[in-house]
Amino acid sequence: MKILVCISKTPDTTAKIAFVDNNTKFAADGVQWIINPYDEWYALVRAIELKEKDPATVIHLVNVGGADTEPIIRKALALGGDEAIRVNFDSQDSFSIASQIAAIAKDGAYDLILTGKETLDFNGASIGGMLAELLDIPFISLATKLDLNGTIATVSREIEGGEEVAEAALPLVVSCQKGMAEQRIPNMKGIMGARTKPLKVVEPVAADPLTAIVGFELPPAKAGVKLVSADQPEELVRLLHEEAKLF
Amino acid sequence: MSVLIYIDQAEGQIKKSSFEAASYGARLAEQTSTQAEAVVVGNSSADLSMLGKYGIKKVHHVNNEMLNHFDAQTYTRVIGQVTEACQATVVVLSNNVNGKAIAPGLSARLKAGLVAGAVSLPDTSNGFVVKKGVFSGKAFANVNVLSPIKIIGLTPNAFSPVAGEGTAEVVAFNASIDAPRVKHLATNKVQGQIPLSEAELVISGGRGLKGSENWGMIEELAGLIGAATACSRAVADAHWRPHHEHVGQTGGSIAPNLYFAVGISGAIQHLAGVNRSKVIVVINKDPEAPFFKAADYGIVGDAFEVMPKVIDAVKKLKGA
Ligand SMILES: Cc1cc2nc3c(=O)[nH]c(=O)nc-3n(C[C@H](O)[C@H](O)[C@H](O)COP(=O)(O)OP(=O)(O)OC[C@H]3O[C@@H](n4cnc5c(N)ncnc54)[C@H](O)[C@@H]3O)c2cc1C
Repeated sequence: MKILVCISKTPDTTAKIAFVDNNTKFAADGVQWIINPYDEWYALVRAIELKEKDPATVIHLVNVGGADTEPIIRKALALGGDEAIRVNFDSQDSFSIASQIAAIAKDGAYDLILTGKETLDFNGASIGGMLAELLDIPFISLATKLDLNGTIATVSREIEGGEEVAEAALPLVVSCQKGMAEQRIPNMKGIMGARTKPLKVVEPVAADPLTAIVGFELPPAKAGVKLVSADQPEELVRLLHEEAKLF
Repeated sequence: MSVLIYIDQAEGQIKKSSFEAASYGARLAEQTSTQAEAVVVGNSSADLSMLGKYGIKKVHHVNNEMLNHFDAQTYTRVIGQVTEACQATVVVLSNNVNGKAIAPGLSARLKAGLVAGAVSLPDTSNGFVVKKGVFSGKAFANVNVLSPIKIIGLTPNAFSPVAGEGTAEVVAFNASIDAPRVKHLATNKVQGQIPLSEAELVISGGRGLKGSENWGMIEELAGLIGAATACSRAVADAHWRPHHEHVGQTGGSIAPNLYFAVGISGAIQHLAGVNRSKVIVVINKDPEAPFFKAADYGIVGDAFEVMPKVIDAVKKLKGA
């Protein structure tokens, strides 16, 4: 069993979101970067759990990014990947990124490709679906559960107000979210071992971007909270009914 | 040329988010002087001609028993064929669970740039620039789509559907379909609840409620006004509430008309999933709780004293 886990970096969840260069660039100065939590907590940890059940499993990590993402990749290796590939390419266009991963995946003949459901910065939720189409293999999105029985995967995916259970023969692309696994903390052995695990850097394939970000905006500031006395909750209900017209 | 809108269904009924997508697509068609057409995949119990009320002129219905269960790959390919057949230059989908499953594949297949999570109509004055949410609701990006065909995933509840008059022409579309490689086994729905992602009103509880046994007042208020229920991550992690109710940066991201938060501190990660809500109400006994900074209305007080009174007042209002 060969699993490819797609890893992306994202600003720490408490990072201040601001923009520079006339609002065309994220203000990355002083920002702490983390592994995108969906990639780490759900996709990677589930891959590790599958490897724990079947030790013959090999987990490769792939990241599309500049050299500055290497600390993140090492952290992922510390959690449990066997080796990592970084495609030396920085882009904000999902299709160009998916094209890079597709090239890696074609070479690697993976049985299972896992992504997080989306990244916390661009919220595109796009890489998995694009990858599946580029590789001509099925895609199950927003998965909350994934089990393997030989080469058959059983997957639960979120739908409005519930879940859907489906099965598919591998190879398969799955985007992972809450429910799939629980967050883990890398241990000392993992951290030490990660230093010597292979991290291969490859140059990108040609891929024309389909989109370009022209600028960013922050949401308008809130007017401020209208406080109602705790002795008069009925006044709150009146405001919601008459002023905000919510019910 | 046309704008093609994918109409997503659940159990043969059109989802609310698809009426939003239909209205959005129709407005865009008007803006770009083309025609709005729709595609419906799989069997439908809905009267599809009524999509005309939302500005759709023609509905392509692809009905085949292989399409009765949703499969991302199969649906993507069918919609790709319809896109080509009606020479659509824009495809609009709701950025809901199925939209997120289809749109990226369609983008790769048609080499069409995708903007997932659009919040308003494109600016077509100079290019094709669509505003979308980024940084989990903390900012917006304006994205220019460079390819001849454009795909827009519209954020649910970001665009109000406008119903007028009109009847759409419904035509059967014959697609070439390969047997789905994903086999549907079961659909498990939580009975009698409003799905969080579709809800206009949401009542949510945090660790301030002390334990799952105290959720009665959250559920009662939700029941009275027809709201869905949600919770903080701390609550889902403690297994007081099911995981699907968890909202925030690492849970569901929602933008209802009302987000009513009880005993939730308003940590930055929580806010990230709910800060696009139109009206935020916070009930918290700590006047310093960060949530008040993001709120429109608030009560500083003990939820166990305030909530029963809120419920009574709503009952009175509803004449119950
Ligand atoms: C990477 C990362 C991702 C995260 N993602 C998420 C996420 O997606 N969603 C999320 O919610 N959190 C997330 N968190 C956790 C977040 O930081 C908070 O810990 C969490 O939201 C706290 O939940 P809470 O507000 O219910 O609990 P607490 O922080 O414990 O707050 C309880 C609140 O209840 C109030 N209270 C207590 N008693 C009463 C009473 N009787 N009446 C009224 N008010 C009362 C208190 O004043 C307090 O403000 C994430 C954290 C990290 C590090």
